[in-house]
Amino acid sequence: MNRYPTWKYALVALCVAVAALYTLPNFFGESPAVQVSSARATVRVDAALLARVESALSQASIAYTGAVLDANSVRVRFADTDIQLKAKDTVDKAVNPDPANATYVVALNLLSASPGWLTAIHALPMYLGLDLRGGVHFLLQVDMQAALTKRLESLTGDIRSQLRDKGIRHGGVAREGQSLRVRFREADTRAKARDIIGGGITDLTLTEREEGAEFLLVATLKPEAAKRTQEFALKQNITTLHNRINELGVAEPVIQQQGADRIVVQLPGVQDTAKAKDILGRTATLEIRMVDEEKMTPDLLAAAARGEVPFGTEYYVERNGAPLLVKKQVVLTGDRLTDAQPGFDNQTNEPAVHLTLDGAGARIFKEVTRENVGKRMAILLIEKGKGEVVTAPVIRTEIGGGRVQISGRMSTVEANDVALLLRAGSLAAPMDIIEERTVGPSLGRDNIEKGFNSTKWGFIAIAVFMSVYYLAFGLISSLALGVNLLFLVALLSMLQATLTLPGIAAIALTLGMAIDANVLINERIREELRGGSSPQAAIAAGYERAWGTILDSNITTLIAGLSLLIFGSGPVRGFAVVHCLGILTSIFSSVVVSRAVVNLVYGHRRKVEKLHIGNTAWK
Amino acid sequence: MEFFKIRRVIPFMRYALIFNVISLITFVLAVFFLATKGLNFSVEFTGGTLMELSYKESADVDHIRQALEKGGLKAEVQNFGSSRDVLIRMHPEKNQTGAALSQKVTQLLQAEGKPVEMRRVEFVGPQVGEELAEYGALALLVTAVGIVLYLWMRFEWRFGLSAIIANLHDVVIILGCFALFQWEFSLPVLAAVLAVLGYSVNESVVVFDRVRENFRKMRKASVPEVIDSAITGVISRTIITHGCTQMMVTTMLVFGGAALHYFALALTIGILFGIYSSVLVASPLVMWLGVNRAQFIVPVKSTEKDRNEGAVV
Repeated sequence: MNRYPTWKYALVALCVAVAALYTLPNFFGESPAVQVSSARATVRVDAALLARVESALSQASIAYTGAVLDANSVRVRFADTDIQLKAKDTVDKAVNPDPANATYVVALNLLSASPGWLTAIHALPMYLGLDLRGGVHFLLQVDMQAALTKRLESLTGDIRSQLRDKGIRHGGVAREGQSLRVRFREADTRAKARDIIGGGITDLTLTEREEGAEFLLVATLKPEAAKRTQEFALKQNITTLHNRINELGVAEPVIQQQGADRIVVQLPGVQDTAKAKDILGRTATLEIRMVDEEKMTPDLLAAAARGEVPFGTEYYVERNGAPLLVKKQVVLTGDRLTDAQPGFDNQTNEPAVHLTLDGAGARIFKEVTRENVGKRMAILLIEKGKGEVVTAPVIRTEIGGGRVQISGRMSTVEANDVALLLRAGSLAAPMDIIEERTVGPSLGRDNIEKGFNSTKWGFIAIAVFMSVYYLAFGLISSLALGVNLLFLVALLSMLQATLTLPGIAAIALTLGMAIDANVLINERIREELRGGSSPQAAIAAGYERAWGTILDSNITTLIAGLSLLIFGSGPVRGFAVVHCLGILTSIFSSVVVSRAVVNLVYGHRRKVEKLHIGNTAWK
Repeated sequence: MEFFKIRRVIPFMRYALIFNVISLITFVLAVFFLATKGLNFSVEFTGGTLMELSYKESADVDHIRQALEKGGLKAEVQNFGSSRDVLIRMHPEKNQTGAALSQKVTQLLQAEGKPVEMRRVEFVGPQVGEELAEYGALALLVTAVGIVLYLWMRFEWRFGLSAIIANLHDVVIILGCFALFQWEFSLPVLAAVLAVLGYSVNESVVVFDRVRENFRKMRKASVPEVIDSAITGVISRTIITHGCTQMMVTTMLVFGGAALHYFALALTIGILFGIYSSVLVASPLVMWLGVNRAQFIVPVKSTEKDRNEGAVV
């Protein structure tokens, strides 16, 4: 009765083997590495970059122990930190010939030192949280009210220009709180205006109201439009943050949305919070200027490239490498830009970027384009006083209404990139830092050590006690507990769940609780023996009867764990993830694995005289 | 080896009233301390800035406080873990974020001439704190309701109700201890409290499983006798299991350092009271709520299934 079919032994063995395999990377430690990733949305990381990095290293005769290309970076491993530092400089020079205008982020990083075949099967070490490896954590709150206000402001301009185009007289468009009011003298005009606005701007809900002698049209954002505006603001802020953090040279930054209006930024290894905050809070500006075509003769361009820039202009290089002389005078700034989206030209079906300008911006743009048909304008992204030409299109006709389309000589990918760059220049809505956590690297190391030591000594204490108290069965229980730990670590490594100090505490606590199942089983077996059952029958009955209780008690613990997982944030969530996983692994290991071992030891003997589970003869 | 050689049934239910009175008194005391002293919430809940500094030699707390006051900063300063580590706590101020403050503090303290290392900075805005407290309460509520529902489904409503009363009273007692000694109540402590809730319900479940089994087995026994024999049957397992868990928690207290100290402390109180309340408080409650054999005699069901359900220890 105490025999498992072969497949069941095989299953247990397989589980343990897989778990051991995926736990393995945690033992190799980490080796110093250099990571190269793209600093711009327009630059992609590919095999060519890997080849460049490798050839640069071999030219400088720097030995490396491995180079890999993954989804968005090239990583090269080195034997020690001295070589790592030297290699960083070499690689930086090779991939960024112009240090003032870096195309790639070259950062120091630590990579798992586990052999390549382990990495190939996605066996990675556990992902350590900031409290264990040191770094900065920010929680940013996006001011959604401001995003909505900004959207409404830009709609004010749209309404004005639409009414002006159709020649409808109105007594002013103004924003009051979260609504727009358009005043009219007569109800007729209002009705006409309502049709025009309703036809042109679909994002608004329009209602009519009378105030004294005036007829009002009150416009509010539709809920779905408001939601879209907010989502857009959040996405744009995340994109902007990405671009800025790239400059910090952080190896594995985490920038994620949290809830409807928050952004989490985690920068492992960064200690300088002041610099990080400076970069997060900085606003890049977008400028539209005219290209000085008269001065763009080959001679002057060549001179400008040498640094002799003609008076009143600045020298820039387009993204395709073509040189440009741009007037210093700014036509428009990015504040006037409310949106930039990739799309297609209506007539030619070419990829295009659609820009939306606010009311004032639209007026200026109309004037400038009227006067400069056939000439080129340049859209520049200015950050830290350094400009970059995003695009330099030719003006074909006068453009009114604030809707601008840039098209021609562009692929779909390029259109996407340009739209992104235009949007990424500025934050869609202001953000506040509402939570900030910095953990120094020495504290992180201490935390790992403390967590590890508590688990180690607790485990040893339990194992020793169980083995003394329940003899052979205690030994088996301890083995099952060890397997539980193995499963838990393997699962955490597989899922790449973030392990924090509360997470380590949860590992320890889960082990302390998991032994309950084996105590239940062992006590039950003893009781059966006392009641006069034969050894084999006692084992079978012990496991069978304890099962229901084990299930019940684990489910109640799991309920608590799950509600922590759902409602917890930060450290509590780190605890809850490990706790819940631990409950699941413990059910399997304490019941199935320990039974398999017991069956192997006792189940295949013809006759068992006595179970080594301690003295049961007293009753 | 065997610790518990219990030859006859211990008449726990004879003392049911005494257990519950003790419980009630501790409970009332805990509520009293909670009401009068309140919890000492960590920065995570109140909002504010927390800094952990490390000196090469032992640090003079008063000196640091004065240095900060000279710089115009009001702060609580205390030792943390060892005499070389210092914890500085500041209440939230307008337009002051963590980075700016921590820079200022480091400057002020380095001007004093002793090398100091900033180990950790935590800044939490007040809105986050409120939310955390709200979610914490919500998590507690959901856990409680979830457990009652599960036990109701699996046993009977009387069991669910008495288990949750017994165990929520543990939670209140843990909180009462934290209020009495003004220990810092942080997020990990909250996690510990909820983990304890799930864990000590465990204990009630084990006893209840046995009560149910005994109702089916001991046809002639009275209700208190059935409960007594159930508790006697599982008492050795109760003590060994909790002993093991407590061993783990004790190593956390010893090796876990300051970061895990209150977490382990909350667990310790929870485990100690958990044994007591989930066995000696929950069982009498079930009895007084009027549990009886008829509720467990399943009319005609396959005996196969019955045997599986009557899991026991």
